[in-house]
Amino acid sequence: MRPKLKLLSDELVDQIISEGFELLMDPGVRVHNEEALKLLADAGARVDFDTQIAYIPEKVARGALETRPSEFYLYNLDGEQVVHYGGDSVQFDPGSAAITVLDSETQEQRQPLTGDFVKFVKLVETLPQLDAQSTSMICVDVPEEIGDLYRLYLALNFTRKPIITGAFRKDTWWTMKDMLSAMVGGEKALAEKPIAVFDVCPSPPLLWSDLTCQNMIDSARHGIPSQLVSMPLAGATSPVTLAGAVVQHTAECLSGVTICQLAQAGAPIVWGGSPAAFDMREGTTPMGAVGTWMIDCAYTEIGKALGMPTHAYLGMTDAKIVDAQGGLESAGGTLLAALVGVNMVSGAGMMDFESCQSFEKLVIDAEIIGMAKRLIQGIQARDNPIALTLMRELGHRAEYLAQPHTLKWFAEELYTPSSVIDRGTLDGWKRKGAKTSWERAQDRVKELLATYETPSISDDMRTELRDITTQAANKFGMDELPPLQID
Amino acid sequence: MSNELLTDIKNALVEGKPDETVELTRKALKAGIEPMMIINKGLSEGMDIVGERFQTGEYFLPNLVIAASGMNQAMEILEPELKSLQQAAESLGIVVIGTVAGDIHEIGKSLVATMLSVNGFEVHDLGVDVANETFVAKVKETGANILGLSALLTTTMTIQQQVINALEEAGVRDKVKVLIGGAPISQEWAEKIGADGYAEDAIGAVELAKSLVG
Repeated sequence: MRPKLKLLSDELVDQIISEGFELLMDPGVRVHNEEALKLLADAGARVDFDTQIAYIPEKVARGALETRPSEFYLYNLDGEQVVHYGGDSVQFDPGSAAITVLDSETQEQRQPLTGDFVKFVKLVETLPQLDAQSTSMICVDVPEEIGDLYRLYLALNFTRKPIITGAFRKDTWWTMKDMLSAMVGGEKALAEKPIAVFDVCPSPPLLWSDLTCQNMIDSARHGIPSQLVSMPLAGATSPVTLAGAVVQHTAECLSGVTICQLAQAGAPIVWGGSPAAFDMREGTTPMGAVGTWMIDCAYTEIGKALGMPTHAYLGMTDAKIVDAQGGLESAGGTLLAALVGVNMVSGAGMMDFESCQSFEKLVIDAEIIGMAKRLIQGIQARDNPIALTLMRELGHRAEYLAQPHTLKWFAEELYTPSSVIDRGTLDGWKRKGAKTSWERAQDRVKELLATYETPSISDDMRTELRDITTQAANKFGMDELPPLQID
Repeated sequence: MSNELLTDIKNALVEGKPDETVELTRKALKAGIEPMMIINKGLSEGMDIVGERFQTGEYFLPNLVIAASGMNQAMEILEPELKSLQQAAESLGIVVIGTVAGDIHEIGKSLVATMLSVNGFEVHDLGVDVANETFVAKVKETGANILGLSALLTTTMTIQQQVINALEEAGVRDKVKVLIGGAPISQEWAEKIGADGYAEDAIGAVELAKSLVG
């Protein structure tokens, strides 16, 4: 039996969904995008084009829920299904768009450079616990106007895994779409076997900005999945009660699904978010707060009740260095995400709320993810009878190490972590230099990067990617791209 | 009697009861207590207690914000009275504040505006996504001595620099102290763009503002 966590009673699920629908009519949803407003008006919503508020009847939103796919796959660059959005599948990608990186030597935050991002992509590539890449940091050595697409350009040169990404502008989305299409042989192939997901973030409470709305509409029309990242801040930009925050999340996501499906019925879309339980002392948005985890888990339950693929930002920490707080907060969120069955869990490597990415934290988080994935495989009988035959054979002898039964099952039953986790004896630990988890993570990062192999991408494809990116870069005063360090 | 009423006003404010604060303020006026006395011995003393309790960790942000709201509502009643007596609540300075263009983050900025207001500043809050020229125009119009610029995004923090440039072009840069804040903002950034100060939170912003106009 797969262990499963539930936080909401059936009655509460019904009431949250019902209040979510009601919010769409009163007070309505702010939509700062003409095209989306027209789509909504044409579908029967009452739209005030002056105030840009749409009043969406329940039946319009229900209609959208009928056309959205309840599941879809992401493919790797070899065309294989590697991520399943739907059901209770659980997969992980790193947290995205960090504004700083934790320096591997000084353990201080600094601004990320493209070299850091490439190193991060390579590291993710070597970690089997991570199912997808993300455009994980904002590099300061790239002109701001092409910050989003340049990250995708770099990632596509170094990864085979699918990518969770996002656009910072309306026009850059088109360049990013062209890059993705180039990798798989055209727009049609991309729609059939998507390799990327675009995050789209409503602003709390109940607002769709022009940019994010347009990105979602354009993605829908090209069959590229969108991932809703609704982020109620309990007690600040949403009701403080956890259920109240989930009601707001429900309404924001319902309106997103509606706009998406009106743009293109059948377009893949994910019920996701990055809520937070506002910290009432510091005025911050803690990702390691138990309240934050509970909102995430509860809205995932709502998404599942509505038959939606799901996503959540979980497994992060508010700690500023890689320390005990970092470990406990990341583990808490990750384990809950697995138990509730979030399809894509974003957050690995991330710390200081959602500000900072760390190579070392990523390899520690990979261990947590490994354990979480083991946890949800649950406990199975494996044999029938489970133990009778074996135990009667051995009687009272403790000789299980020598049994074929042990050899057969130990690797599946007992998850073995990497050297990041110390399970040696005290003497053994001292002999290896009495290293802290931070130091062991430093070692592990170096070890893993040494095993990285650049994927074999044809020269033609690399050139095409480069040309698409150069064209966009030209518009913003970057004459040519710096050379890539392909090994 | 008057002492008792002032204590009640103070307590209502501290306990987070804005309606009661307003009610008691009306009662105090009717009882003939001077508006300035109500402010100094009732409301301000109450806010001082709330501030202290916040700093010692006993109070949280909702306590702070609701007390500030009580104070502001009471001030709305008191200000016409002060005017008729040709008095004015002591103003430490005039503040124009807002979140810069392209940025719609409100919470931090509003918190700073509220705290400045209840600490004796005259605050003009321009809201969010404020155009550079709107900041400049409001500074000129009000004769502000402090301009507060909030930015929560790395992509909008550079706008703070643009606003400072716009103040220079308009020839009013030396008339106003520019304070900046927001998640990606640091003292380093403040120095780099030539701002006059940076504060990490709303309480820090009040201290900074007081020190800059003091």
